[in-house]
Amino acid sequence: MSIVLDRLRERFPADVVSTHSDFGDDTALVRRERIVEILAFLRDDPESLFDFAMDLTGVDYLGEEPRFEAVYHLYSLEKKRRVRIKVRLHEDDPVIDSAVSVWPGINWYEREAYDMYGIVFRGHPNMKRILMYEGFEGHPLRKDYPKAKRQPTIGPEE
Amino acid sequence: MAVRLEKSGGPGYALTTLESLIAWGRKYSLYPFTFATACCGIEVMGAFGTHYDLSRFGAEVVRFSPRQADVLLVAGTINYKMAPVLKRIYDQMLEPKWVISMGACACSGGFYNNYTVLQGIDKIMPVDVYIPGCPPNPEGIIDAVVRIQKIIETGAPRAAERWPIK
Repeated sequence: MSIVLDRLRERFPADVVSTHSDFGDDTALVRRERIVEILAFLRDDPESLFDFAMDLTGVDYLGEEPRFEAVYHLYSLEKKRRVRIKVRLHEDDPVIDSAVSVWPGINWYEREAYDMYGIVFRGHPNMKRILMYEGFEGHPLRKDYPKAKRQPTIGPEE
Repeated sequence: MAVRLEKSGGPGYALTTLESLIAWGRKYSLYPFTFATACCGIEVMGAFGTHYDLSRFGAEVVRFSPRQADVLLVAGTINYKMAPVLKRIYDQMLEPKWVISMGACACSGGFYNNYTVLQGIDKIMPVDVYIPGCPPNPEGIIDAVVRIQKIIETGAPRAAERWPIK
């Protein structure tokens, strides 16, 4: 078993829903309430030291409940280890605390997840779209976004 | 154009119209503005480079200010977020101006038929010459420049005069 997942379960017994290490990929499914504490623990714990937030993305499991999932991919430059943290979010309340206070570099990933999936990161300093333009309606990577839908072309800003 | 040169080596004369003279000057001094957003831009660099040498056709002085350019060369994918920027650059260019739409993406959206890519720049601006291909060869760019020269030479209407398409 992975030492990182063991320490995470030991420290947050109530928040870690499940873990696995299939194909050598350490993965933990956690609850969203203490996500910032969990991520800060993974960054600071001497056995983990995940100082590099490589990626944050969303997943839309349309038809399941909870529908959305936020996925953090972390890497430790010190320990040369990776871990994946997943959090499920309900459709009517897709809100999770922002991790910008833990890794400033995760800022744009959270904006991207908001833009593409509509996952709202509470406490984010600049929760705006990053890829699509301001007037765009909807979140294009959601599974129920109409494939053939085209939005009106915007003109030059005045 | 009628030209007469004196056999004695004295000054000769040429008869022409002012329009033809201006067109002749414009034809060999096209200043392109390259709006390269994708792999088509690499082919544009090839066309300007020494091997294909677009300067043979008087179109080698690339201007990166739209106010100094005659030809807008749109090379690459244009998405909805980029479209207002491109339209503004087109509006900033001085008349007369011509537009070359290079490659499948600029002409029609290419294989990006999705929520984010403009399905052809002719949705927002008049286009004089389309270059097909993904990406086109540098020969295609040279051919497009020669076609622009033919438009200037013959006085054929520019696409901007037919805009907007009804």
